[in-house]
Amino acid sequence: MGIKKRKIIELEDAVVKFAGDSGDGMQMSGAQFSDTSAFVGNDISTFPDYPSEIRAPQGTIAGVSGFQVRIGSKGIKTPGDRADVLVAMNPAALKTNLKWVKLGATIIIDSDSFDVKNYQKAGFNSDPLEDGTLDGFNVVRAPITYLNFTAVKELGLDSKTAEKTKNQFAVGILYWLFDRNLEYGEKFLDDRFKTKPVLAEANKKVLRAGYHYAETIETLESRFQIIHRGERKGKFRNITGNTAVAWGFIAASERSGRPLFLGSYPITPASEILQELAKRKQLGVKVFQAEDEIAGINSAIGASFAGNLGVTTTSGPGLALKSEALGLAVITEIPLVLVDVQRGGPSTGLPTKTEQGDLMQALYGRSGESPAVVIAASSPSDCFDYAYMACKIAIEHMTPVVLLTDGYLANGSELWNIPKIADLPPIVPPIVPDNTPDFKPYRRDPQKLNRFWAIPGQEGLRHRIGSLEKEDVTGYVSHDPLNHEKMVRLREEKVQRVANYVPELKVWGEPTGDLLAVGWGGTYGAMISAVEELQQQGKSISLAQFNYLKPLPRNTEAVLKGFRKIIICELNMGQFAMYLSALYPQFKYLRYNKIQGLPFMIEELKRKFNQVLEGKE
Amino acid sequence: MITKNDTSSSQPVLTRNDFKLDQPVKWCAGCGDYAILSAVQNALPEIGMKKEDIVFVSGIGCSSRFPYYINTYGFHGLHGRAAAVATGIKIANPMLSVWIVTGDGDSMAIGGNHFIHILRRNIDVNILIFNNKIYGLTKGQYSPTSPKGLITKTSPDGTIEPPFIPGELAMGAQGTFFARALDTEPKQMTDIFIKAAQHDGTSVVEILQNCVIFNNKIHQEITGKDVKDDRVIYLEHGKPMIFGVEHDKGLVLRDFGLQVVRIGENGIAEKDLLVHDAFTPDIALHYLLTRMTYPEFPVATGVIRSFPCEPYDQALERQVIRSMEESRIKTLEGLINTGNVWQL
Ligand SMILES: Cc1ncc(C[n+]2csc(CCOP(=O)(O)OP(=O)(O)O)c2C)c(N)n1
Ligand code: SF4
Ligand SMILES: [Mg+2]
Repeated sequence: MGIKKRKIIELEDAVVKFAGDSGDGMQMSGAQFSDTSAFVGNDISTFPDYPSEIRAPQGTIAGVSGFQVRIGSKGIKTPGDRADVLVAMNPAALKTNLKWVKLGATIIIDSDSFDVKNYQKAGFNSDPLEDGTLDGFNVVRAPITYLNFTAVKELGLDSKTAEKTKNQFAVGILYWLFDRNLEYGEKFLDDRFKTKPVLAEANKKVLRAGYHYAETIETLESRFQIIHRGERKGKFRNITGNTAVAWGFIAASERSGRPLFLGSYPITPASEILQELAKRKQLGVKVFQAEDEIAGINSAIGASFAGNLGVTTTSGPGLALKSEALGLAVITEIPLVLVDVQRGGPSTGLPTKTEQGDLMQALYGRSGESPAVVIAASSPSDCFDYAYMACKIAIEHMTPVVLLTDGYLANGSELWNIPKIADLPPIVPPIVPDNTPDFKPYRRDPQKLNRFWAIPGQEGLRHRIGSLEKEDVTGYVSHDPLNHEKMVRLREEKVQRVANYVPELKVWGEPTGDLLAVGWGGTYGAMISAVEELQQQGKSISLAQFNYLKPLPRNTEAVLKGFRKIIICELNMGQFAMYLSALYPQFKYLRYNKIQGLPFMIEELKRKFNQVLEGKE
Repeated sequence: MITKNDTSSSQPVLTRNDFKLDQPVKWCAGCGDYAILSAVQNALPEIGMKKEDIVFVSGIGCSSRFPYYINTYGFHGLHGRAAAVATGIKIANPMLSVWIVTGDGDSMAIGGNHFIHILRRNIDVNILIFNNKIYGLTKGQYSPTSPKGLITKTSPDGTIEPPFIPGELAMGAQGTFFARALDTEPKQMTDIFIKAAQHDGTSVVEILQNCVIFNNKIHQEITGKDVKDDRVIYLEHGKPMIFGVEHDKGLVLRDFGLQVVRIGENGIAEKDLLVHDAFTPDIALHYLLTRMTYPEFPVATGVIRSFPCEPYDQALERQVIRSMEESRIKTLEGLINTGNVWQL
């Protein structure tokens, strides 16, 4: 056959980035490649990076859609800082992604798309394939557009449809490059185009064409092999944060016996939770797409009053609209979970980008003294656990809970070790038995301080609750000054006592040392990766990543006390730092903040931590 | 299909006293709200529901204090948002009889969006709008139903806004039930509330209510004892549209519009008058009747429209039950172990 034997390069992990026009199928290609990698036993972490315009003009920077996946032998916690392999379907995709590519990386390019008009549209002054821009990279220039048409010619597709399969050519090259079995890729296409067998056939043809092309050309000097450790055991699937949240809710509904009701209004990047739950009627889930966010949360409050597990999902601008009703859930002491998938703000801001700018809004963005439990998930798959815990706390403590995730967790994915639902901690709703003598709606549990749930339809428990201040125990409307102060303090104390029922703060590394890196929520992957790398170099650094934000874990102060320096890293201007400074003013907090709509990179965190360790902050 | 008016004989007979509370009612003396409360307490024993299956939901306003005064389950929510809370309750448990009590400001201003959408969806709840054409609780600012020119605290020179007619809005939003009642007519109110409860879908009852403090006698021009019979027509399904002290005036349809005629004049007899059909799906005549204003016309009261149509909550319940029956996936455990799962 004349195919020359290539060098095999063994890698612990590799980062692959797919980039093209938003119509180029980059998200699908990414999913296909990562699914296959997971199937052969790699650990994976993915992150799509798509524009807020649905189809910005072709070939423009604004229209570039990307999908990054990191595959590795084990312990992959982020989709990676920089790419080892970049697929750039046009000059704009190259332009936007070149700065995120490792030196020496392999760049696969559709050379047919690099004409003068296109590279100028992308903002290149001269042809980047010729002017030295790509010096130092291993560039594979494949005439993908042409070869794609040739591959599907005999199927007689119209040119628009044929155009849509060209991503598979690049995917084919990658399958060869990483020695992936084509069968998995073909099966993915069969599933994806179940109802359109012609398209499935066309895509498969192109996939094979790309693979064989890679096999024959000279530019590809070597192939990559991800070291296989086979350390993971169990049943896994790839899961995004948004899906994990939706499933966490269903799990909580099953374990608590309370039917799940979602009242929500679509908003990026939270809509997939609404969409996923809308598909789950077979599990008894009721979804109400409301006329706005206000109706969404109010309907969830109504559903909870009527005995359902009422939840609502949104992003920052929607949280603003829901704040009045969140206060209503606080004063009526109704179980409610509100998910805020944070995005860049303020206002409409950066709808498709990630940020941690809503912490203060979640903690304090309401009228009056209005305490709610606030928790945050820290990886795509643990969104399941924290959605579950949010429901457990809401129900057992009769309180609204705000669950913060972010665009990075919501759309990113990773392998999830599928749990047994029966192994999840039980959820016991504090429901009042029918005809309880002398029932009073605001009588409380002496330990948790929660009131009890009496549900319309239950006999002998008719009562009235609402947004006006309540008299202690009876729940009657009361304007009494001392009663008000008592109720404000009771509601706060009830939330504080949640700390007795949630895990303590974990420290990754030694409990004492030179530097404690502090993060919260979705930055976990980058934080732990950076901290572990420095620990391996013998540096005295540990990590505390917060998931429980209000109330803070019981041992927070004890953890902070153990370190000479504390640095709080956030994707905002320092909201958590401000919060900790207010609650524990005895410590000095250094800050590291990034507000670019992008997650932390491991290398920038390491650089900062090293500076601090060397006393050069 | 879920039937809410299941009058099974095993239920104890209820009376208005079952719905009274020992808490003080705190509306101003002489407020029209008292009469409405009383009429509701008279209606509830007649709707065939157990008392624990009835829920009153409200927004904010004088009118919205209503749930605190009636012995059912009650939820007093936020200004304008009762429709959304009630929607959640009804979807969660379609067997409940859910009532919304709201004001003209609560439902037409801040809650206008929710008002039109609950109607469009046809959620099976009953909405009682206490229309006093003023903001009572906040002490006398004009509302979206205040007549043009009304002088209030926020319109010292008279309002320059044309008012909403709630029924017009209800029908524009594809409402399936609309009725109008007077706070001065307790028997009619009770009867209308019972009919509202019986309707499958969103029932809107606008009650012309007097606020003695901030908008006293705003409806007097038509509801005054001495003038009412000539200025109000009480519509009943299947009956000719007759009104007047002498029972001698009626309505006919002419030149694409309604016209008031006198029986005995120009050869008009009772048989020439329109006969009210509340149940027809055709909205045209209901719309014209709703829009009638004094002095050109009598103001229409009674059940103007009652067109039964599957409510949202029942349709959703049906979809849920069907997919639970048809799907092979019965639990979350089943779902998460289906599809792309890898055993490593
Ligand atoms: C968010 C919010 N905005 C404003 C108010 C103040 N407010 C309370 S009731 C009301 C108007 C009530 O008028 P209406 O609905 O006609 O009820 P009425 O008191 O006349 O029965 C207003 C403006 C509020 N409680 N909440
Ligand atoms: S202010 Fe008007 S509407 Fe409110 S209670 Fe007094 S009379 Fe009734
Ligand atoms: Mg009013």
